[in-house]
Amino acid sequence: MRALFAASLALATAVALAFLLLPVAAIFLRVPPGDLVGGLGNHVTRDALLVSLKTSAIAHGIVLLVATPAAYVLARRRFRGRGVILTLVELPLVLPPAVAGIALLAAFGRAGLLGDGLDALGIQIPFTQAAVVLAVAFVESPFYFRGAIAAFEAVDGTLLDAARTLGAAPARVFARVALPLAAGGLGAASALALARGLGEFGATIIFAGSLQGVTQTLPLAVYAQFEQDFDTALAISALFIVVGAVLLIALKLYPWFRFASIFRSRVAPST
Amino acid sequence: MVPLRIDLSLPRRSFDLELRLEVGAETLALVGPSGSGKTSLLRAVAGLARPSRGSVVCGEDAWFDSARRVDRRPEERSVGYVFQEYALFPHLTVAQNVTFGGGRVDGLLHRLRIEHLERAKPGELSGGERQRVAIARALARRPRVLLLDEPMAALDPHTRGTVRAELHDLLRELALPALLVTHDFEDAAALADRVGVLADGRLRQLGTAADLLGAPADPFVARLAGANVLPGVAARAPNGLTAVLLDAGPTVYAADVASGRTEVVVYPWDVSLAREAPDDSALNHIHDEIVSLTPLGNRARVRLRTLTAEVTMPSAERLQLRPGEAVVASFKATQVRLLGSG
Repeated sequence: MRALFAASLALATAVALAFLLLPVAAIFLRVPPGDLVGGLGNHVTRDALLVSLKTSAIAHGIVLLVATPAAYVLARRRFRGRGVILTLVELPLVLPPAVAGIALLAAFGRAGLLGDGLDALGIQIPFTQAAVVLAVAFVESPFYFRGAIAAFEAVDGTLLDAARTLGAAPARVFARVALPLAAGGLGAASALALARGLGEFGATIIFAGSLQGVTQTLPLAVYAQFEQDFDTALAISALFIVVGAVLLIALKLYPWFRFASIFRSRVAPST
Repeated sequence: MVPLRIDLSLPRRSFDLELRLEVGAETLALVGPSGSGKTSLLRAVAGLARPSRGSVVCGEDAWFDSARRVDRRPEERSVGYVFQEYALFPHLTVAQNVTFGGGRVDGLLHRLRIEHLERAKPGELSGGERQRVAIARALARRPRVLLLDEPMAALDPHTRGTVRAELHDLLRELALPALLVTHDFEDAAALADRVGVLADGRLRQLGTAADLLGAPADPFVARLAGANVLPGVAARAPNGLTAVLLDAGPTVYAADVASGRTEVVVYPWDVSLAREAPDDSALNHIHDEIVSLTPLGNRARVRLRTLTAEVTMPSAERLQLRPGEAVVASFKATQVRLLGSG
């Protein structure tokens, strides 16, 4: 009985691992590495890479800049309606990306909620790079928000109180104490959000379209290429796997780096 | 002019803390059980908690005054706050911790013997070192008031004695109004010029430690100060003393005068133990049985059925005291206080 249980555990683990790793391995086994690199030289890929890098960087920058202080407020303050806000913030997490795209169109599209106002200002968002930025920011921000709120909640409030009794105004308390102490969690949340943003597909294709060199990001290029030029699609996919793996490894190594830095300061000679 | 005047009401979960205190250039300790609102009081003085009414006045500056709608922010008050567990910034070095609020620190690091730890992080320090860093940090901005929350609680018992003596000297030297809260009467007595006892949101008694030990106002204060508090009925005895028939059985003689229901207060260190009733000047001999024996450094706390005695370890060993054995507890009638006797 016991052996049977142990065997079924081992089998389940093996099946799960094989199922998750086989498709990933297949990408690298299907095409020789040289061809993979060659596929990246293709002009469609280059354009998509540039669009992805640019839109992701801008979207991620905006998310970090806005969501970090907002997460600090939501983590440290207790007020009525806080629970509702925390739930609403996570809503994009459970929405299908296509729904997010429709929602963005409904808000910023020509016939949308803000359409007339934006029109009057001469601004048109859908099917521009700005639309890609909005779609990426919309989809990735809850990932960052969740992690950032948890990171700020984990900071011992007494330390913030101590900083204030030492004469630090709230802005200095945030910059010198809360931010550095939450840095680990913020970094992890940021990496996760970045990865999600780079992979964004559904909201972008609906809200921004797939125009090569303008709104066609890497995931959209994979979709556009897989029927015409499967090798290019494979090459881009391989790139994603490498970038994703690097982000994950960086996340796992981060605590170790922190530990190493503590260790270094311990053995440093006191002069 | 009084350096620090506190008169406030602080809402707590099950009661309101009502307190009036004037702290001169002295160390005043407030002792109370956990949940008595000690930390809330310090937070209110520092501006981290808002009283429901009252005032906190430092010299001529009102830091808080509900009547005049004054409520200065914590960073605008001048308090040095030594937090429970010290609340040192874990990501900063000792020097960065101490200079966080600005100010020159060379003298302070030297005075507190933490110069050599300048580059260490708080995680690498011992409890005593952490305490000294926390004090240096609190003093670096030359605060007008020092607040200490359970400064001894995070220390292991064997370093406690020396650390306490050092802190006592430092507080004397600073001559700063210092408000210290603790649950430990011994710490309060060792560190403070005056001791206040806090219970159920009220100040039960305020005086020097000797005042509180010599004339505790009520059973709560007496128990907190470490005394045996034994209820009984008092009556005038033919020998001119007061005889108290304890609820627990034995009769105790006291030099204090009382009648009716009262509480006998006798300190464990005034009780001596013997195998047989000695023929000495002590009038009180209680035949009792040892319940437990707890070593406390070079002393031993011996709990009997009726009361607790404290004897030296050598005496406990010489008498070979063991739980379950019969002993005689002796103390003089002059060492007995009767509560409510005035």
